[in-house]
Amino acid sequence: MVVTGIGVAAPNGLGVREFWSATRGGRSGIGRITRFDPARYPARLAGEIRGFEADDHLPSRLLPQTDRMTRLALVAADWALADAGIRPRDLPGFGMGVVTASSSGGFEFGQGELRKLWALGPGHVSAYQSFAWFYAVNTGQISIRNGMKGPSGVLVGDQAGGLDAVMQARRQIRKGTRMMLCGAVDASLCPWGWVAQLSSRRLSTSDDPTRAYLPFDRDARGHVPGEGGAILVLEAAEDARGRCARSYGELAGYGSTFDPKPDSGREPGLHRAIELALADAGVRPDEIDVVFADAAAIPESDSVEAEAIGAVFGARGVPVTAPKTMTGRLYSGAGPLDLAAALLAIAEGLIPPTVHVAAAPEYELDIVSAPRPADLRAALVLARGHGGFNSAVVVRAPRSEPDPKGDR
Amino acid sequence: MTDTFTVADLKRMLLACAGADEGVDLDGDILDRRFDELGYESLAVLETGRLIERELGITLPDAALTESDTPRALIDAVNARLSRNGAEHAAPA
Repeated sequence: MVVTGIGVAAPNGLGVREFWSATRGGRSGIGRITRFDPARYPARLAGEIRGFEADDHLPSRLLPQTDRMTRLALVAADWALADAGIRPRDLPGFGMGVVTASSSGGFEFGQGELRKLWALGPGHVSAYQSFAWFYAVNTGQISIRNGMKGPSGVLVGDQAGGLDAVMQARRQIRKGTRMMLCGAVDASLCPWGWVAQLSSRRLSTSDDPTRAYLPFDRDARGHVPGEGGAILVLEAAEDARGRCARSYGELAGYGSTFDPKPDSGREPGLHRAIELALADAGVRPDEIDVVFADAAAIPESDSVEAEAIGAVFGARGVPVTAPKTMTGRLYSGAGPLDLAAALLAIAEGLIPPTVHVAAAPEYELDIVSAPRPADLRAALVLARGHGGFNSAVVVRAPRSEPDPKGDR
Repeated sequence: MTDTFTVADLKRMLLACAGADEGVDLDGDILDRRFDELGYESLAVLETGRLIERELGITLPDAALTESDTPRALIDAVNARLSRNGAEHAAPA
């Protein structure tokens, strides 16, 4: 199972090349919100995608019916296909599927229609509101645009959902679908989306972009939200080889768990998710060269993650990084974007940094605070979702030789 | 707005409500092409119907929107409604 195409829309880079150039160099996309005036809100920083003009990329037919998250997802899907060298019209429609994750749906579109409803009356509300807000809409629009009629779906599990979607796509490839588009893009940086996010009480209220989102730091005080994510092209390794496609690497292992009831005294589920992913990949902890952390930046959650990593890898036993310190937390977009970053890191042999963080020594983590050259064969990507979701994925460097067992 | 609803009016409203698909020439002869051939699904027609109603100050029966599968059918339905309204206005109170 290999990734042959990547499309990225991130606050610190639109497109794979810009994203990786920023990420490897530690360039952040976090700043004061510009798309609405955040002055009256308790949190005012976000990772915004700048310079995205939807009508440069999409037909006018799609604009009246799409939220920003869908426009970004459609364009990221186009880029992923182009990157993979796949023209969907050349493949049978039922051999291609789409699985995305969504965390909030199309808030900005919905806000506009609510405004029309109250200001102008129900006759002014767009008929497209019926689906433009909906969690599954990115999957639907990507599948319609590209004629992809194979197994498709949507997963909702906050950050963890982004990894779950990619691995659900892996399942469909195993069952025989020729190609899957998968991943997630979330975007709800509008006043309505913002108050919904504020209700979690997990947003950082700092106004300093270098001090606001500090996972594993003693000054951790919540996260900065961002918008964007990544869409990946997935194929069976033999199919990718058959068409001489470039492989970024392999989705080797996956584990997903749910936390026990709060105050149950039982261990949180992240540790077990990591062990399940390693077992699924058939790798030992010492074969993992870097961990891309979930990086909640809530002290209790950071502590849980540090303990889970320590329990599997030992104290300072593996480099840990959180490039999402440069984008903010992207909700369902975060996991797929971290998978992209992990694959790009493996390709270059460079661990991207966790910016602005002074790691608290009590966590006993080897936090990568400056770009670090390293020979990377395998990476572990972690994502947790609000409410108890834990997911872990192992990605491995592309193999030069065909797998004798026949990898599907 | 003139008394009759024309294909030019419809085209303008379709573009405003639903844009245009790549590869579809709305400047060609579209009167008898089916909406789905022109890239417009039922929601696009519904959305355009609402704009027609707001601009012309009329109410279209649901069937005008759900059963008009070509621009000509929809334009005829709109003009039928306009002339009925005109007749009602002309009639003595």
